[in-house]
Amino acid sequence: MMNNLVILPIFVPFICAVLCLIFRSTNAQRFLSLSGGVGATLAAGLLLQIVHQENHLVLHLGGWSAPFGIVLVADLFSSIMVLISSIMGILVTVYSLRDIDERRKKLYYFPLFNFLIMGVNGAFLTGDIFNLYVWFEVMLIASFVLLALGGERRQLEGAFKYVAINLVSSALFLAGAGLLYAKVGTLNMADIALKLSDQPDSILINSTATLFLIAFGVKAALFPFFFWLPASYHTPPTAVSAIFAGLLTKVGVYALIRSFTLFFNENFAVAQDLLLGLAALTMITGVLGAAAKYDIRKILSFHIVSQIGYMIMGLALHTSLALAATVFYIIHHIIVKTNLFLIGGIVEKLKGTGDLSKLGGLYKALPWLAVLFFIPAFSLGGIPPLSGFWAKFGLIKASLEIETYWIAGIALVVGIMTLFSMTKIWVEAFWKKEPQALLNHKTQKNLKLLYAPAIIMAAMTIYLGLFGQSVFGLAERTAEQLLNPSLYIEAVLEIEL
Amino acid sequence: MNTLIAIVIGALAAGGVYCLLRRSLMKLIIGIALLSQSVNLIVFSAGGLKPASPPIIESDQQILQGNYADPLPQALVLTAIVIGFGLIAFSLALIHQTYRATGHDDIQSLKNTDT
Repeated sequence: MMNNLVILPIFVPFICAVLCLIFRSTNAQRFLSLSGGVGATLAAGLLLQIVHQENHLVLHLGGWSAPFGIVLVADLFSSIMVLISSIMGILVTVYSLRDIDERRKKLYYFPLFNFLIMGVNGAFLTGDIFNLYVWFEVMLIASFVLLALGGERRQLEGAFKYVAINLVSSALFLAGAGLLYAKVGTLNMADIALKLSDQPDSILINSTATLFLIAFGVKAALFPFFFWLPASYHTPPTAVSAIFAGLLTKVGVYALIRSFTLFFNENFAVAQDLLLGLAALTMITGVLGAAAKYDIRKILSFHIVSQIGYMIMGLALHTSLALAATVFYIIHHIIVKTNLFLIGGIVEKLKGTGDLSKLGGLYKALPWLAVLFFIPAFSLGGIPPLSGFWAKFGLIKASLEIETYWIAGIALVVGIMTLFSMTKIWVEAFWKKEPQALLNHKTQKNLKLLYAPAIIMAAMTIYLGLFGQSVFGLAERTAEQLLNPSLYIEAVLEIEL
Repeated sequence: MNTLIAIVIGALAAGGVYCLLRRSLMKLIIGIALLSQSVNLIVFSAGGLKPASPPIIESDQQILQGNYADPLPQALVLTAIVIGFGLIAFSLALIHQTYRATGHDDIQSLKNTDT
């Protein structure tokens, strides 16, 4: 019975979305979305608590036993991801209550948002490779519509690029899954891992690994597949940007980590140098791109790219500490990046622009907003004692332990350059004198609902920084699970290895 | 049969990539459609191509015997076709809107959000 809990983080947003389609009044949709968000978060929290004790929770959908039917699997990694994405879901829902205009709310904003959360949670929880493809598509189609919703010209442009590249990457993923099925004759991820571990040879493993790397790399915005992200993430309303920035690329990272630790664990050495190189290039191009931009959301978009590099670096190092640091990094990054987008959105709401050359004087006018920005920005830059410091510290320590000094050097330099970009926003938007042109922009009142989620996320960042030990302990246990795929296989297939 | 299907998959993928690299928005959508069809054929042929051997259990048997065509890839490809159809329909609506907003069918005109 308890196993049924696994499906709740998918089921609750689904019910919510359907009810939102039926009850069209904005008030009903607000109420449904908020209560659905709370429900999904509670379910995800309970799930993590149970998985924390039992290590794995497996649901055989429709009662079909393991390799034949679709399974949903919650291990520590997926439960952590589901919990954090559900929390982001509810916080961004609160933000959207004020941020999203009435027209977009009437155009099914809330149902789409819930479908997006459902797709993300589904992708985290599924234990079946074709099912993963389906969840990707659920997530993508919802994100396509959210991105284009409203139909402003720049939104359509951004959406077009996003849609085109993602359709190609989905096709590649499906081709990889097809080739994998031809090779092993099963779709169950645990069963695939079991069968691949007997066949270390095989060009098909490598071709599938390459196709998966490209397909998930596009979704994760890995170098050289990242260009769609800075071209599209700054175009929709802030709430949409924020949830995309927090969750969507991390689904790609999750899929990369899952497939490379589960399927290609035996042959990891082949991929290691490639992944390390890609991680380094992702970090550098992202941070350089950000340095060249002069708009808050564009800078932040490029920083998503460079932060993805850190996560892939942890995967590529493939030690216990590195994977633990990656998991911690993902948690830290989702909170901080979503928060930065939300705060950037507040600045845009207040001043009517995100262009740094036109902003200024915010520290004098709104010191609390400045403090609020300061926390996630400097956490992203890796200043102790905020969460980003511990995440970067773990990664760099891991790379020094296995004597991969060059990547540690790159990670440190990129960290400093991240700080440079954050300081740029700080100086331009908050510190310098306000340019005359904007003084007549009439400030909107009643932005409390915009501040509330940002404050909560900032508190989470501080907590992760000051009391990070408990979370890091969880991340270490997650890394142990990821490095021992036999535990996953045993739990899903109910066999002894 | 295997050679033929391999050539068909290759030709569809090549045509798809060629269309993707053109400047027209419409051709880009056609390219994506061709590419996804070639991928559908990859999935379809993943179970092996076995003519005239339906996966039906004989009346005096309990389980499938002998050489039968794998029905699972066909179920998968059906799902993939439906998903692909929905995505292509959405993309067509999107380029229609983009065309109305920009007045161009030229990818080169969509550079405003890049910089």
